[in-house]
Amino acid sequence: MSSQKEIEMILARQLASYLAMPIFIVDPQGNLIYYNEPAEGVLGRRFEETGEMPVEEWSTLFQPTDETGKPLAPESLPLVVALTQHSPAHRDMWIQGLDGVRRLIEVTAFPINGQAERYLGALAIFWEVKA
Amino acid sequence: MKVTLWGTRGSLASPGPETARYGGNTSCVEVRGDDGTLLVLDAGTGIRRLGLSLPRSLLRVNILLTHLHMDHIQGLGFFGALRNPQAEVHIWGPASTTLNLRSRLTRYLSPPLFPVHLRDLPSALFFHEVPRGEFDIGEFHITTALVCHPDPTVGYRIEAPDATLTYLPDHEPALGAQKFPLSPDWTSGYKLAAGSDLLIHDAQFTDDEYVTRVGWGHSSLAHAFEFAALAGVKSFVPFHHDPSHTDDVLDTLFNNSIDLAQPRFAVTPGMEGATFEPG
Repeated sequence: MSSQKEIEMILARQLASYLAMPIFIVDPQGNLIYYNEPAEGVLGRRFEETGEMPVEEWSTLFQPTDETGKPLAPESLPLVVALTQHSPAHRDMWIQGLDGVRRLIEVTAFPINGQAERYLGALAIFWEVKA
Repeated sequence: MKVTLWGTRGSLASPGPETARYGGNTSCVEVRGDDGTLLVLDAGTGIRRLGLSLPRSLLRVNILLTHLHMDHIQGLGFFGALRNPQAEVHIWGPASTTLNLRSRLTRYLSPPLFPVHLRDLPSALFFHEVPRGEFDIGEFHITTALVCHPDPTVGYRIEAPDATLTYLPDHEPALGAQKFPLSPDWTSGYKLAAGSDLLIHDAQFTDDEYVTRVGWGHSSLAHAFEFAALAGVKSFVPFHHDPSHTDDVLDTLFNNSIDLAQPRFAVTPGMEGATFEPG
């Protein structure tokens, strides 16, 4: 049998695909398994082009930095906090999209816990802060 | 394995001359193993007649509930084995986030909805909560998983030495999908159904009806056929017929759907009393 996502993750993707807010969804290992069309606008690349990405790749691919330009460690990213500490997290950061444009964004992430103590991954909502 | 349909109707029991062929009883399917193991899939009103067919010498019954909507449990209080003090009745079904399976069932099997308390039934009752991954009952290897339907709902994949049956009577895998079917890994129920010899699957609505009933938890005929094709099943039993669909309407709907889909798998619309020996 092929692998199949848990129903909660399928529903999360389907919800995300209808929302106007940029959304990232990762599995329990941190692999980026989906981002929606509004997120494509901020990240500068369509999901169909990038496909799924391991955490080591996506956490550095967008070159997240603080306001001084200092690179952020992966463990300080809200989505990684949600994944590793199973708690919600929020912060702002600068990223460089795959289109080469630097953008200031705010990110809120939370873990996705299913029934029967199943930990399924995490979801992040982010939006660009316009000057 | 031998599979018998005792109730094929969805939502509400719908007896009457206009539903006599497909049947008016709600979901209930008997699965018999070569070793005599008995599984009862859902306890809709069809379970009453199933109970009448069982010998009193049968001392263990396994009831696998997909969820606790009324059309899937209404027959439970009328199932003869529950009144046999010699019998063990094992009930599998989903808990909710706040109530265990027994407490959830007690909401129905107690006054004022039912005159007898669950605790007063003389059989020995055992409750098992699902989903719980994989487990065995007799010769059957069973896999459960949550599927897309309002309130906690599971589907069952039942593997015997000679065949595999998948039971998804209430399932809306197309919910929210902008293009259905999606890839298998993003499709609810796919892993349960993949490569099954026999798939019993929700096909409650016409395509036109589905448009105004998105989110009700059921499939259109077209979606059901597409799901069966995606899963690569050998044979498909459309199930959980809408109460408003008479025998004549169902004949027309299934004939048209088969003509349109041109499926590579066998299609046998679910009729009460029908039996299958998959594999």
